[in-house]
Amino acid sequence: MAGESYTAELNKAGANISGFFGEAGFLARQYPLGAIGAVILTLFVFAAIFADFITRFDPLSTNAAMSLAKPGGEHILGADFMGRDVYSRLVYGARISLAVSLTATAIGSVLGVAIGLTAGYLGGWVDLLTQRVTDIMQALPLLVLALVMSASLGPSLQTTIIAISIPLVPYSARVIRSNTLALREMAMVEAAKAVGMSEWRIAIRHVLPNTIAPLIVLATAQLGSTILTEASLSFLGLGVPEPYPSWGRMLSESAAEYIRTAPWLVIFPGVVISLVVFGTNLLGDALRDILDPRQRG
Amino acid sequence: MTPIIEVTDLKKHYPVRKGLLRRQVGTVFAVDGVSFSINEGETLGLVGESGCGKSTVARTVLRLIEPSGGSIMLDGRDINALSRSEMRPVRREMQIIFQDPFSSLNPRMRAGAIVGEVLEVHGLTRGQETKARVAELFQQVGLRPAQMANFPHQFSGGQRQRICIARALALNPKLIVCDEPVSALDVSIQAQVINLMMDLQRDKKLSYLFITHDLAVVEHISHRVAVMYLGRIVEYADKRTLFTNPLHPYTEALLSAVPVPNPRLKRTKRILQGDVPSPMRPPSGCPFHTRCPYVMERCKVDVPRLQKIAPGHLVSCHKHEA
Repeated sequence: MAGESYTAELNKAGANISGFFGEAGFLARQYPLGAIGAVILTLFVFAAIFADFITRFDPLSTNAAMSLAKPGGEHILGADFMGRDVYSRLVYGARISLAVSLTATAIGSVLGVAIGLTAGYLGGWVDLLTQRVTDIMQALPLLVLALVMSASLGPSLQTTIIAISIPLVPYSARVIRSNTLALREMAMVEAAKAVGMSEWRIAIRHVLPNTIAPLIVLATAQLGSTILTEASLSFLGLGVPEPYPSWGRMLSESAAEYIRTAPWLVIFPGVVISLVVFGTNLLGDALRDILDPRQRG
Repeated sequence: MTPIIEVTDLKKHYPVRKGLLRRQVGTVFAVDGVSFSINEGETLGLVGESGCGKSTVARTVLRLIEPSGGSIMLDGRDINALSRSEMRPVRREMQIIFQDPFSSLNPRMRAGAIVGEVLEVHGLTRGQETKARVAELFQQVGLRPAQMANFPHQFSGGQRQRICIARALALNPKLIVCDEPVSALDVSIQAQVINLMMDLQRDKKLSYLFITHDLAVVEHISHRVAVMYLGRIVEYADKRTLFTNPLHPYTEALLSAVPVPNPRLKRTKRILQGDVPSPMRPPSGCPFHTRCPYVMERCKVDVPRLQKIAPGHLVSCHKHEA
């Protein structure tokens, strides 16, 4: 009956902005800061993927003659004590650092969401059990927990990721659980039950999407801290093994020794880490708003 | 005429637990033996003050809360005995509209999807078919189909309640439980929503269990009225009888509290003294005796039964017992 007229009206209302680029362009204009964050992150991701094409030196090859070479000249960003090109190491390091921090945060968030949602929605003994385990985990500092885990698993890329992600779980689980507790009592959940929807569907379709905003804020904050945790682990010899470049280790190894004599060894990894953390925060802020229909007007 | 729904002796008791061992230290008698029936195309108004158990009745009738006792016959079938999975198809027969239209719609779903989801969960329609049906429902409740693309926050309170009505109508239910559907709305909007609900009732032969504390609304929409006090029905009559000849002292007090838009009219107001007693420790005898102006010795001991005084007029009060 109202077939044509309502689709026509729908289009007029601008609800059907079509195509990925149409939507992305629209959003970029609405959230310029978020777009900057996205660009920064995309640049790093591209650098990581195309590292072979944008560097001249092997990040692992040493050259005694070039030890502690100044920036400029052949080595754009200088060279370290063993004469390895800082720029190459940063570009290749993006692979490891981004892989570690993105996967660790993703794993931590997914596990946290699963645990928090189940605990909050089901309540009862499930809630009690998960919350006490969470208490125990949160009683230990993040780094100590990661240390214990990577020490017992042995140093490798995979164990580093696991060691960093598991300690993150309690934080996202707490956030999701507390939100779920509040949402579970809302009339929209009762309405869904009255319709006869399954508990699964209610939890996934009605509760979960409404808990996403604080999770994104948390995850972007964690993204930065995972890079630093990885740095600490690598510095202690428990993270990504030598000689593979990781931003964190580049920073922590040189910080004490070379801050006066060869500051570029400290400054450039620091700048890169800060940029990535800054970029994810900008993007996360925008994402939170974009994913909340109330903020879109 | 057989009733659409017949509720007999419905009870909901909440245990109160305390201490390390979770020992039961008391019971809240939220609903304590409520019986009523609603015919096709009829509205039963359920009135009473806050905390008297109206909303608990609404939720137990739909089995959103498990009743502690009693039977709920929907179309001649006791749904209180059904399991969760057996309830699913039955849920198509009865729906609910909530008081707060702001918390009853998922803020992250478009209005059309909120209504359409109900159809698809029950496998009634799919894809384009769903869209067309939702558009039809939107028109029936006085919304434009184009508004299907909007999010809940883009609607006013009245419009949101219309979405809730559309969602309730989607499954073609026979009974809609309305839990104070207009008390969160402006008075002018209340009238629009109530008139919409009355039109829909006439067109679709819907039955309503209409819960409210607003007697003016009850007088407008109901055919029959049940007055609740402390988890029990104290008076049950058709609308005209109840409003012209209230017999229970509590009903009398409620009616005298309704504002009349005539400042010159002199009325005797009966203002109740004291508070509603705790449903954890209901008074002995008649639950109303602590506040009743006509209290007798007997009221403190004997529990009055809900008795038929005249055809279709039930009262639970010793003063009116034969």
